[in-house]
Amino acid sequence: MRVHVDQDRCCGSGMCVLSAPSVFDQRDEDGIVVLLDPEPPAEVLADVRDAVAGCPALAIELAGDEERAE
Amino acid sequence: MPATGSPTPLLDVPAARGGCPFDPPPAYGQARHEHPVARVRLWDGTESWMLTRHEDIRTVLRDRRFSADARRAGFPFLTEGRKALTTDHPTFIRMDDPEHARLRRMLTADFMIRKVETLRPQVERLAGELLDAMTEGRHEADLVAEFALPLPSVVICVLLGVPYSEHAFFQRCSSTMLRSDASPQEVTGAQKELLDFLAELARAKRADPDDGILSRLAQEGELDDDEIASMGRLLLVAGHETTANMTALSVAALLQNPRELARMRAAGPQETEAAVEELLRYLSVVQGGVARVATEDVEVGGTLIRAGEGVLCMLNEANRDEDAFPGADELDLARPGSRRHLAFGFGVHQCLGQPLARLELRVAIPALLRRLPGLRLAVPFEELPFRHDMLVYGVHRLPVAW
Ligand code: HEM
Ligand code: SF4
Repeated sequence: MRVHVDQDRCCGSGMCVLSAPSVFDQRDEDGIVVLLDPEPPAEVLADVRDAVAGCPALAIELAGDEERAE
Repeated sequence: MPATGSPTPLLDVPAARGGCPFDPPPAYGQARHEHPVARVRLWDGTESWMLTRHEDIRTVLRDRRFSADARRAGFPFLTEGRKALTTDHPTFIRMDDPEHARLRRMLTADFMIRKVETLRPQVERLAGELLDAMTEGRHEADLVAEFALPLPSVVICVLLGVPYSEHAFFQRCSSTMLRSDASPQEVTGAQKELLDFLAELARAKRADPDDGILSRLAQEGELDDDEIASMGRLLLVAGHETTANMTALSVAALLQNPRELARMRAAGPQETEAAVEELLRYLSVVQGGVARVATEDVEVGGTLIRAGEGVLCMLNEANRDEDAFPGADELDLARPGSRRHLAFGFGVHQCLGQPLARLELRVAIPALLRRLPGLRLAVPFEELPFRHDMLVYGVHRLPVAW
């Protein structure tokens, strides 16, 4: 699984950090998303899918995921 | 095209509430089953679409073809006062990206989870002090005036750098701005008073800076005093009325649900977090309907919404959608997945202050219940003055005893 984030779209809601704290963080200066782990282990797949579904700005993509959470 | 939309107006919004003061108007639930994309009529006779399904609302609020800019033709206004309010000195809640993002990003760092978490000791201390003052030599009080309202008001004042000694003044302004029957003159008058006050404060901070948000915005120099005042007004109003009402309404709901009250009392930190999400879902205090206008023709739930048509997203009804939350009308503090609620909205305008609101609720409700094991209503439940007349729902007063 490969995760992409779009920092231009991100509105700094922090929802992804709540869903998958090992994969996402927020920049100190402006709260915009930072990708900690672009290729997270399978154990956190469900959490990353949660983050994709819950991102209010549609700023997270999960490539190579057959079963989209949407 | 499948005809899920109703061609002629189905109902007038806002609709009247039914028997249970915690439930959305029954007409919204009926619409969700029969006409999830419904034509509705507003106070001035104009029409709008009304959405009630969790999935439809998520889709629309994340879709950039729906604009939050109230100056666009077709934008639906819930009340006459709201029309005056949202078109006068708009700030980023009523703008689209990229302007919205530019302004919002000046504040995201202040409200991000990690930053807000550092306020916890301060919020805990404040909750304790308010409870000390409320209980000192007494066994009865109005929980709204003495606890639920001052807590978030003091916090937002500290963050912004607004003297709390002015709270009577800005609370009067904000409650006029949020009264659904306020005239346009009353609303713009209250708004002007508040804006003048904040612009004056911004001016003062340029000369004499402190570590509040208003001062920082003034020092950064990207915004003029009027723009800082508009932003300050949004934060001040959004930052205290909502959390205050959520706190008081949560306590009222818990006192009515002894099983859930017992659960809340027994909850550890993690259960408390989940419980607060469930209360946010169940009570959804922003009830009027989040307004957008389509900028292109878009199909939603099988119905074509044309460019220039308004849409009202009923967050309270979406949070009772059984497709998203089985047994949705029941308050269940241990509900799995309650965090998918839409009480903070969705899309790029999703509440900026949600980490702060969460912190305040997670601190305030347990602190109150710990301090007062015998907490109960001091008046019959039927006599509680629910805020049917306000854009943010709650109770005007919550007389409690212990
Ligand atoms: C339980 C408490 C709260 C609830 C239920 C709530 C609810 C909401 C909702 C539904 C929206 C979206 C409006 C829209 O899309 O048009 C919103 C936006 C906003 N809220 Fe909150 N809110 C709460 C607390 C706070 C607090 C404590 C602050 C403190 C600063 C705050 C500041 C804001 C701001 C600035 C926006 C506009 C965001 C934007 O347009 O990008 N809110 N809130
Ligand atoms: S959930 Fe989306 S909008 Fe929110 S911080 Fe993460 S990437 Fe940004």
